Amino acid sequence: MWLPSYATPSERLSRTLVVAFAVAVLLFLIAPLFIIVPLSFSKDPFFTLPVREYSLRWYEDLFGNPRWFEAMMNSAIAAVLTTILATTLGTLAALGIARPDFPYRRVIMALLISPMIVPIVIVAVGSYLFFGEFGLTNTRAGLVLAHTALATPFVVITVTATLSTYDTNLTRAAHSLGASGLSAFFRVTLPNILPGMISGAIFAFATSFDEVVVALFLTAAEQRTLPVQMFSGIRDQINPTIMAAATLLLALSILLFAALALLTRKRAR
Amino acid sequence: MALSEPVDLERIRTFVAVRRAARPARRAALSLALPLVVFLVLTFVAPILYLLVTAVDNPETRSVLPRTLGALETWDGASTPDEAVFAALAADLKQAKADSTAALVGKRLNYEIPGMRSKMLAASRMAAGLEAGPFRERFLEQGDIWAAPETWSVIRRNGAGLTPYYLLTALDLKQAPSGGLEGVAPDQAIFLSVLGRTLLVAGIVTGLTLILGYPVAYVLTIAPKTIAAVMMLMVLLPLWTSLLVRTTAWVVLLQSDGVINSVLMALHLTTEKVQLIFTRIGTVTAMTHIQLPFTILPIYSVMRSIQPTQLRAARSLGSGPTSAFWRIYAPQTLPGVVAGCLMTFILSLGYYITPALVGGPQDQMVSNFISVYINRDLNWGLAAALGVVLLLVTLAIYGLFLRLVGADKIKLG
Repeated sequence: MWLPSYATPSERLSRTLVVAFAVAVLLFLIAPLFIIVPLSFSKDPFFTLPVREYSLRWYEDLFGNPRWFEAMMNSAIAAVLTTILATTLGTLAALGIARPDFPYRRVIMALLISPMIVPIVIVAVGSYLFFGEFGLTNTRAGLVLAHTALATPFVVITVTATLSTYDTNLTRAAHSLGASGLSAFFRVTLPNILPGMISGAIFAFATSFDEVVVALFLTAAEQRTLPVQMFSGIRDQINPTIMAAATLLLALSILLFAALALLTRKRAR
Repeated sequence: MALSEPVDLERIRTFVAVRRAARPARRAALSLALPLVVFLVLTFVAPILYLLVTAVDNPETRSVLPRTLGALETWDGASTPDEAVFAALAADLKQAKADSTAALVGKRLNYEIPGMRSKMLAASRMAAGLEAGPFRERFLEQGDIWAAPETWSVIRRNGAGLTPYYLLTALDLKQAPSGGLEGVAPDQAIFLSVLGRTLLVAGIVTGLTLILGYPVAYVLTIAPKTIAAVMMLMVLLPLWTSLLVRTTAWVVLLQSDGVINSVLMALHLTTEKVQLIFTRIGTVTAMTHIQLPFTILPIYSVMRSIQPTQLRAARSLGSGPTSAFWRIYAPQTLPGVVAGCLMTFILSLGYYITPALVGGPQDQMVSNFISVYINRDLNWGLAAALGVVLLLVTLAIYGLFLRLVGADKIKLG
């Protein structure tokens, strides 16, 4: 598999070198993520390996300190609301885009994807100034609206991808058997595109839960999210409670990633 | 023409009829996307347009000094204005003192006339106490700034509702007294070098991700299935992890008492601690780590579609392994290379968090300056103008991406 049968000795050598290089790059990719895990369980308040003594004191601080706990709750609430809004809007749009008669496809698609492209600071500063006119800065509503705009491209992309394999004859069959538009949608189309919707929802949740810059501009102390709390912590004086929070976020990412992998595997079957 | 060729008319009628028949379906399809389009226009496009307007908006002088601007209409532009202008200024400043708006216009004019803020505040305090004229002498006693024609031409120029001042400053330019454009003083010319630095860092990061990522994408296509799956996991998991978590990891790794330094010391590669955090090297390393998956994935998806039999054919026709790779394989991977590199370049231009936490003062990118002008200097116009410059550069490259690759090619994992 690694090498074709006709390979020359020099080719074998260069192939081995390429594989070794790639493995080194993969280690470079993955190792930094897991460096934070042992540090978060260290008893010492500094960041050297190997850890001399393990303890849970930073996790006690994370869950016991009201500032950190409120930040976690704020993040969770904003992420759930963003997910609901983004999944609804994104799925509806994807249903339209997937139809063959959809007009102005290139322009609208470019618009719907653009929140992924525009530099995040521009989104943050623009929302900060514009939402300020309507009293939406320093409110949860403002944060959710801005996060939803950032999250919808992911839903549009995943649901459009699912719909490209969906046989529209199924909807037609449902109609011919007497189902109304809505009941055909809820009983035939929706179950078929559900995996794509859930993937999109997972992406939307992660987008909101991990987002720092927009939250930094749009929130005051009361709506402060976990990433904002971490960011200010690293800026002022980095402490191991931040490592515990980062480990928690890493665990959440792995969990969401696993859910997504299961979902795509199911879909592939 | 239509009469001589009646068949054409018939075809046009048919075409129109078909379009008309398709209209309800087009409308129905569009109406499904409409809620999201409207939502994005209100919460995403409108804020960006608002930012663009902020970059040229110039309300301060107009709203605080209306009488002065009126009196200046007959000013010759070369000498110290006459009593009528100063009387108007006194009336405006009296009102400004009552409304506490003198600082507002003072701050705005201070951008173009250093020291103007304090002069304006002092003058407004003085004007509040003046009952009757003559006003001209009283203002001239306050300082030479009120006698200088340059002061008055700046005030007159800022009577316009829109100003190019912020956009010009973002490009290290200013309006010359004669009306043309000229470069700002060398010690104030910082923004072009910030833009250049942003492009340079984005370019270096893009190049590094390509050099590191291309072999990874290749090995992903030739590895046995299970090993390839594990390798893929190692590419996708970092992509899934929060940008802040990855940046945090690098902050910890690069600390002077951090993991990298302790490893280097333990291996006796260095006897003194190496400064890694708050340096360009640290910033570029962290950004390269974060951007690698974005470059690898498009290259991989193109490589996967290349038939291995093509290489075998090239070899059987007498090509050596190196020339078979460069002449048959590499050119076919170009679409993936272009897609991956453009994506990484676009995303690298907008970096904020990583330079802010890992970089030093010399590694701050355009985004960081925008944030500083909003939060610390409260100079929204300049922040917005820098935003416009960054947005235009980004959109130009996004346009290139759309032409070469297409929006529908953006996939997730």
